[in-house]
Amino acid sequence: MKVLYFAWVRERIGKAEEALDPPAAVATVADLIAWLSQRGEEYAYAFEKPKVIRAAIDRMHVNQDTAIAGAREIAFFPPMTGG
Amino acid sequence: MTVPITIRLQEADFDLAHEVAALSRGRTDIGAVVTFSGICRGDEDGEAIAALTLEHYPGMAEAEIARHAEEAVSRWPLTGITVIHRYGRIVPGENIVLVVTASSHREAAFQGAEFLMDYLKTKAPFWKREEGASGSGWVDVHDRDDTAAARWAKP
Repeated sequence: MKVLYFAWVRERIGKAEEALDPPAAVATVADLIAWLSQRGEEYAYAFEKPKVIRAAIDRMHVNQDTAIAGAREIAFFPPMTGG
Repeated sequence: MTVPITIRLQEADFDLAHEVAALSRGRTDIGAVVTFSGICRGDEDGEAIAALTLEHYPGMAEAEIARHAEEAVSRWPLTGITVIHRYGRIVPGENIVLVVTASSHREAAFQGAEFLMDYLKTKAPFWKREEGASGSGWVDVHDRDDTAAARWAKP
């Protein structure tokens, strides 16, 4: 799956997107955040307050308990500040 | 009749009068047009701002605004919507966002515009980075924006 990062999540991780293939045990958005957090200091820093992080699957807002099976594109970002 | 909905994300500035004319030209069913412009302020909490840089999620931003425009049309008798949201670097005094709503009567146009703005603030995937006198940083969420958006939630 393609994983995208925006705003300070992107800056902390140091990349805008990457292709990832998490193990089957990673079932939900929250699981994916926990799994990503183990990938290195930059990920741990980006996801240090996981409750703050917002997510979208295939360009729709989702809660962190949403299953990721079948997702083509998952995005992580801070709360939005547009308008 | 299908309600004309125009959504544009662009780096370039926009012209409010041009957008209103484009929405209403040649039509006699419109009795009210409400416009909202969001403009970059020169200060935030007393600190001078040199510029804002807006980042967005291409693809999702358009889709999310379109979903909310469709919802506005389903909730109020609107006869036209235009939403333009800029991205990139914007300096104080420049436009950031435009919402235009048209209807036969003013109530729907006012409420539709407020609804769209409240949702743009809290749900559209845009992020503002501020360049201030003491450095730059990402803008924090304001509780007042969440409160404003919450009043439109359906029971």
